[in-house]
Parts: sequence; C-alpha cells; structure tokens
Amino acid sequence: MHDIMANFINLDAITILYLFGVGFVGGLVSGFIGSGGAFVLTPGMMSLGVPGLVAVASNMCHKFPKALVGAIKRAKYGQVDVKLGVILGISAEAGVLYGAQIQENIKKAFGDAGSNLYVSLSFVVILATVGGFVLRDAWKTYKSGNSQEEEKTGKLAKWVQSINIPGTMVYFKSLNARISVLFTIPLGFATGMLAATIAVGGFIGVPAMIYVLGAPSLMASATELVIAFVMGLGGSFKYAMHGLVDIRLAMIILAGSLFGIQLGAIGTTYVKPFMIKVVMGSIMVIVLFSRGLMVPVYLAQLGLIGALSDTTVKLLKTTSFAIMIFALLLGAFIVLRAMWQGKQAEKLRLASGALEHGEV
Amino acid sequence: MAQSTTRKKPVGKMVAMGLVSIALYAALLLKQDLINGSFAKGGIYAFLPIVTAFVFSYFHGAFTGHFWTVLGVEAAKKKKEVK
Repeated sequence: MHDIMANFINLDAITILYLFGVGFVGGLVSGFIGSGGAFVLTPGMMSLGVPGLVAVASNMCHKFPKALVGAIKRAKYGQVDVKLGVILGISAEAGVLYGAQIQENIKKAFGDAGSNLYVSLSFVVILATVGGFVLRDAWKTYKSGNSQEEEKTGKLAKWVQSINIPGTMVYFKSLNARISVLFTIPLGFATGMLAATIAVGGFIGVPAMIYVLGAPSLMASATELVIAFVMGLGGSFKYAMHGLVDIRLAMIILAGSLFGIQLGAIGTTYVKPFMIKVVMGSIMVIVLFSRGLMVPVYLAQLGLIGALSDTTVKLLKTTSFAIMIFALLLGAFIVLRAMWQGKQAEKLRLASGALEHGEV
Repeated sequence: MAQSTTRKKPVGKMVAMGLVSIALYAALLLKQDLINGSFAKGGIYAFLPIVTAFVFSYFHGAFTGHFWTVLGVEAAKKKKEVK
C-alpha cells in the first residue's frame, strides 16, 4: 500500500498530448485491422517512466473500451460475427492466463533479460512466419489483378469446414458454415497467449480466422475487436485487482484512440478487402525488424554473447523504438490513403450516376 | 436538387456528448490524487477503473462518432458485400 502512488507518474501537457497522439494512431490502425497500437503504447508509456506492469495494465484498460466502440461501429456495417468473437475470446482469455504464467516462470528462472529475450524471439518468429505469409498473400492478390473480386476460401479453411465432429459443430455467419469448436479453441488460446506475450493477439487471431477458419478479411478484422474486448475486460479486471491500472493514462490514450478507431472503422467501408492484409502484413514485418534489433542486447545481458558497449545498446534501443513508431505510422498512412482514394472513387461514381440519370 | 441521401448533421448531439466528455476528463485530471488513491486499492475497488472505462467509452465514443459525421467523414454509401 505504501508505494502505491510510486506507480503513478506526473502528467504534464506534453505527456498528455503524446499519449493522445499515439492513442489516435493506434486506434486508427486497430479500427482497420482489429488490433495494433499496443506494441508501441506499452514501451511508449515505459519510456515516460511508467513501471512495466502498470504500462501493460493501463494499455489493457484502454483496449477493451476502445475495442467495444470499434466493434459496435463495425457491427453497423455488418462486419462483426459476435458468436465467433465471443467463443474465440473466451478461449483467448485462458490463453492470456497461461501465457502470463509462462512469462512469470521465465522471469523467475532467467530474470528480466530472459523474459525480454523470450518476448523478442516470440515477436521475431511469429511475425516472420505469419506476417510474411499475410504479406505474400496480399501481394499475390494484387499481382493477380483480382483484388476487386470476393475472397476465396483457402484449402486449409475448406478442409476445416469439411470436418464434422458430432456434438461440437457450431454455425458461424462469417464463415457461412458449421465448424467444430475443437478448431476454434486452440486458435483462441494461441491468440490469448500471444496477447499475453507481445500485447497484440490479433497478429495470430486475424490471420487464423482468415486462413484456418475461412472468414473474409473484413469480418475477421472486425471480429478481432470482439475478441480484444473479451480478453481486455478480463485482463484489466485481473490487473485492477492488484491496483496496477493507471486510469488517467488509460483514459487519455482512450481519448485519442476513440477518434482513431471510428476513422479506421469507416475506412474499412472504402477499401478492397485485401488492404486489411496489406496493412497487417506490413506492420508485422516492420515490427519484426524492430524486435530483432533488441535480441543482441538481451543475449548480451544474459552473457550468451560478448558484452555490448553502452552506446551500442542505446543506439539499438532507440532505433528499435523508432522502427516501431514507423510501422504504426506507415499503417496509419496506408489506411488514410486507401480511404482517400476510396472516397474519391465514390464521388466519381456518384457523379457519373447522377449524370446518367440526368440529375445534373 | 438536393440529394435524397443528404441527412441532417448531428451537431447538437456532438456538442452535448462533447460537453459531457470534457467534464469527465476535467474531473479525471483535476482529482488525480483522489482517483489514483482509491482506484489503486485493488480487490473490490477493481470495479472502479472498469466502470470508469465503460462510462468514458460511452460518452466519448458517441462524441467521436458524431464528430466525424459532422465533418462529413462517413462510411461508403454502398455497403460492401459481405459473405
């Protein structure tokens, strides 16, 4: 109790503006691809002097109300599969608890550097495989010139949809098919584990819904917001029980991110579905380099490689953080650009429609 | 001729929700010590940050939604076909 207040930093105007701004950009990307932003927000708060756990807890406490607002907005566009989101969200909650436990055990056994190395390596391995796959798929769609067409269900998803395990089958409107929950449980669990490890479960959740279950990109990214809400609510409560949430930080970030998430959600109605994959894949691959840069720092701290000079460590840390911010800004730029182009195309379409009907 | 799709912009709703939102944030920042002291007690007090998050998201969410509508940033007129 005595050091409770030590968890809370002083807020000045610059800090508030900084949190608001990062919140806005993070929200914009989340509204579009279903997640993102947390990987910049948590280290961003820590750089202001917020203790690690308080940063994670406060980030989570802004995530669930943000995801709720985003999910409601995208539900209005018919993009949300609530049933799929809740079912995946519940198993994701279990994944979060398990992931947090693993983190704790690693921290006990190998200290902070070991825990950081585990987080960075998870980032690198998962982002390289999943991010590379998502980006390659988006590129193939773009090159094939079929980006206007409706997305086709992949081979793996067709197989998953063809398996019938009596007593476990549930109909999901986003898939327009019945699938066994025995497939959704491990996917949700993996999403939760990733959320507990790198704070962005959507990097597994969204691709899993698209490629394993066969959901269209727009519905997958919108449904991820439901998962984020379920996971974030449970996680926030757990952290709040220990008094770790700094509600001021959470609500200031929320102030910016609600502007962003509304805009990102609106953006999805203007773009071709494969743009979801472009934004998600690009962010994942860039963040991968950011985290990869930190691996030598942690290896050195653990004594697995020779010690690095202070200047090198500082340089690697700064570059890593700058690359992460760049990833988020690039994502936001692609979203805004795609929206702008979509809006212009709509104006042209409406104008030519009006001409055809002799209204002008 | 005005298009039939043109709707009245929700300026009044935006202002009302904006004022509530500003009041909530003013209270949060002006009463920081009191809020931190009670919200960080843990245990049953965990409900405080959760309820706060819901209340802020309701009012500020409505405000930001109307804000973009008033600025003319709205969803595409023709909804995308979703399977």
